[in-house]
Amino acid sequence: MKINGVIKEYPSGLTVSQMLEREGFQKEQVAVELNEEIVSRDAYGTTVLKNADVIEVVYFMGGGSQ
Amino acid sequence: MKQDVFMLGGQEFQSRFILGSGKYNVELVKAAVEQAGAQMITLAVRRANSSGEGNILDFIPEGVTLLPNTSGARNAKEAVRIAKLSRELGCGNFVKVEIMRDSKYLLPDNQETVKATELLAKEGFVVLPYMYPDLNTARDLVNAGAAAVMPLAAPIGSNKGLATKEFIQILIDEIDLPIIVDAGIGRPSQACEVMEMGAAAVMANTAIATAGDIPKMASAFRKAIEAGREGYLSGLGRVKERGGEASSPLTGFLRD
Repeated sequence: MKINGVIKEYPSGLTVSQMLEREGFQKEQVAVELNEEIVSRDAYGTTVLKNADVIEVVYFMGGGSQ
Repeated sequence: MKQDVFMLGGQEFQSRFILGSGKYNVELVKAAVEQAGAQMITLAVRRANSSGEGNILDFIPEGVTLLPNTSGARNAKEAVRIAKLSRELGCGNFVKVEIMRDSKYLLPDNQETVKATELLAKEGFVVLPYMYPDLNTARDLVNAGAAAVMPLAAPIGSNKGLATKEFIQILIDEIDLPIIVDAGIGRPSQACEVMEMGAAAVMANTAIATAGDIPKMASAFRKAIEAGREGYLSGLGRVKERGGEASSPLTGFLRD
């Protein structure tokens, strides 16, 4: 699967919640997109990832403009 | 005296200074917000990294409204995607639409901005579109459901001041939404000037972030914006095209 543009090898059956933990992200500070669809926070524990998935994990950072 | 309240997206603000949070250390954000008296601050949405660096939200005082921007978007579709992610981050419905496909001058794409504004307004966002000051586009933004219009004064990050002054004045005169002047304002005097012209608010980032003393410059902008607003509300005195006019009586001189 691809997480923030980087290919990662994870065993199948991994949930979004487990992926965030393994990647070291703070769940309450990020938003997750799976194949361009937002995964709501309450679905992190039940959404299972597949090998071909493209995942984006974003957060807020300082910015006025580009 | 009636209190001068700035209404935006159904919310009341006393401050008319929107502060950007880019280009400076997050640890200075709190002091800058406090010195600016800002009640709204812009943020960007980016890919997260897990390095454990300070979370910017921890440095923003409570009660400050977050204004995520869609910077990085090159078209309406990408702007909508970023806006939805920002809402998922749990910080309200405000969004500053910022769409650029030119990386040299970073000028906004007005057409795509109108499209994104319409889509996001329908989704219930309070949409503040950043735009090149053009009256026709501003009218389209009103029809698309924008909550305010944010014309640029000069290219983003340039600190060049009111390069588009005449066109911003046209928007202030003709558009029935708050005009928030964004980008390019480099000095407190320029922020003051645009408030005197009747702008509803000013947004600044680089002018503060590149100043020698960031909190002090934030304070200087706050005072300039307040002074300009008060000047506008007072109704500026007239300009005499030729000659002078005494402001003391022309009688009772100590002569003859």
